[in-house]
Amino acid sequence: MTDSYAIDVHGLTKRFGQKTAVDHVDIAVPKGEVWGFLGPNGSGKTTTIRMLCGLLHADEGEGTCLGYDLRSQPDDIKRNVGYMTQRFSFWEDLSIRENLEFVARVYEVPDGGMRVKDTIARLGLEHRQTQLAGELSGGWKQRLALAACMLHSPKLLLLDEPTSGVDPEARRDFWEEIHALSETGITVLVSTHYMDEAERCDRIVYILNGRLIARGTVQEVIAQSGLITFIVEGEGVRRLIAALRKAPGVEYVAFFGAVLHVSGHDRAALERALAPVRAQGAFRIFEAQPSLEDVFIHLQEQAE
Amino acid sequence: MKSLSWMRFSAVLVKEFIQMRRDPLTFAMMVGVPLIQLTLFGYAINTNPKHLPAAISINDPGVFARSLVAALSNSSYFDIIKTTNSPKVAREMLDRGEVIFAIEIPVNFSRDIVRGSPPDLLIETDATDPAAGAYALAAVNGLSATALRDDLVGPLAARARTAAPFNVVTHLLYNPESITQYNIVPGLLGVILTMTMTLITSMAVTRERERGTLENLLAMPATPLEVMLGKIIPYVFVGAIQVILVLIAAWLVFSVPMLGSFALLWLTLGLFIVCNLAVGYTASTLAETQIQAMQMSFFFFLPSIMLSGFMFPFAGMPHWAQAIGQVLPLTHFLRIVRGIMLKGNGFVEIWPDVWPLILFMFAAGTVALLRFRRTLD
Repeated sequence: MTDSYAIDVHGLTKRFGQKTAVDHVDIAVPKGEVWGFLGPNGSGKTTTIRMLCGLLHADEGEGTCLGYDLRSQPDDIKRNVGYMTQRFSFWEDLSIRENLEFVARVYEVPDGGMRVKDTIARLGLEHRQTQLAGELSGGWKQRLALAACMLHSPKLLLLDEPTSGVDPEARRDFWEEIHALSETGITVLVSTHYMDEAERCDRIVYILNGRLIARGTVQEVIAQSGLITFIVEGEGVRRLIAALRKAPGVEYVAFFGAVLHVSGHDRAALERALAPVRAQGAFRIFEAQPSLEDVFIHLQEQAE
Repeated sequence: MKSLSWMRFSAVLVKEFIQMRRDPLTFAMMVGVPLIQLTLFGYAINTNPKHLPAAISINDPGVFARSLVAALSNSSYFDIIKTTNSPKVAREMLDRGEVIFAIEIPVNFSRDIVRGSPPDLLIETDATDPAAGAYALAAVNGLSATALRDDLVGPLAARARTAAPFNVVTHLLYNPESITQYNIVPGLLGVILTMTMTLITSMAVTRERERGTLENLLAMPATPLEVMLGKIIPYVFVGAIQVILVLIAAWLVFSVPMLGSFALLWLTLGLFIVCNLAVGYTASTLAETQIQAMQMSFFFFLPSIMLSGFMFPFAGMPHWAQAIGQVLPLTHFLRIVRGIMLKGNGFVEIWPDVWPLILFMFAAGTVALLRFRRTLD
């Protein structure tokens, strides 16, 4: 079975003192897929990724990365995994070229010089290769970091919030790159806060307080939630929020895209809550598929 | 807006107190440094050192010799750790730095005193540290008039009334003119290396941690040994440059003699540099920030400079201070470098101080390697 999964871990647990940061997480990512790793801040995404690439010892649990045992073969995992940290972690006082050359040498990349040259050319950074990495903009740092992670031709990429603080255009380019890499058979696990990025993944897992509470395709996750969402549209709709939140049967009200999302599990109760609004006649009300964001906020509120 | 608002001022004040409390190492330093200095200066440092190790060669055993030995011991300046009948043995102990004085009671000592032709009591002293023996030598000169008073009775009573019954002849070995620079400049070599080598390397890993690059480095397949060697060796070269600078200055500016072998000096310098780098690297793995790393290396540097015999004579310190001093690499290096440069010592003479350095290097290196975590746990 292990052969077909790039990541196959069970019961992964990590405690920091009294706090259980990651609580019996099972993830099995088939080779070649792009998986999104979602969850609020502090939910355990970074800790999970760090355990997968051997930066943290798991207190409990077992499994394999690329067929290598998490506990006994951390060196093999390190050699074959590309890990991109949340915060830019290349050497700001080294130039672009020097950073790449360092990576090539540490991983003992065959024909490293050529790989570095090719990478710089592919990034279009030939004329800036002697520039210090610290002088690059956020978007360029991110591109450099991804290129550096790919230098040793890893078979699995672990990306920890790679697009935080990056502008939309750079984000789009970044995802095109991810999909192109996926085409070549590389498996990707990418953590993110962005819903649109989640939708670019083959499958997503959602972690909350250290526990994986949802997994599947975006459609599956939405369907599993059993959430019903009504959209209320019209001028001044924002003023309805306070009243609707108090209404029985309404679990969650959110305003985005200039419309109101009113969600709950009980259709009849939702209809009753919305009846007074409907009576005003000023707003258009219709049922719609809940967005991923609705589902996640719902999951989060349910947990609290 | 008022130029001084109590509210705003107290806001800054309170914030500063809170931050001070959250930084235990700084607090430890504020309390620890005065305590260490008080202890060292108050108890360990002694500018009038007593109980200095001495070897005495007695070539004319007899009542006068016995009285003289007793008088030397009673003066409390000398601890006679070796009594021999061979001046050569005493001199060799001086070469190895085991004693500061080699005292020779010559042949026919008693006969010459009885005859009234004062014999010469030869005191050879290690003047590589001129300050160490100065008071003791002064005490011996005072002693010569009184040491034998109780023995010069009856028919010899007349001898006691004349000037000293024997002469004290002192030889300041290795540094006959008592030039302080001869002592200080080679010592500075060790002090400079201790300070810079520990300080620079103490930041090596901490800097990576502080900048977040450690996470990246640990995710790569480099082993702790590769990382440690790769980080330490560049600073060995920095140390070598410092050594060259100090040695050129010692030679051109201060005319410090170089009697021993350069090869031996470089060999021991290399050993000493690695010892300090290992200490710095260990601090580096313990500290969270570069500031903490600096503070830790300061805690190492302070006792090094005070208890090694650089500033104050080692032999004059109490036993507990000497015991701490024996652990510090600088103590042994100072003896080695002064021995090679001023005494022309070879490997055999310096070996007693070389093996402690080797031991220290392996101990500190092992701690550093064990402390270096391959994970972020």
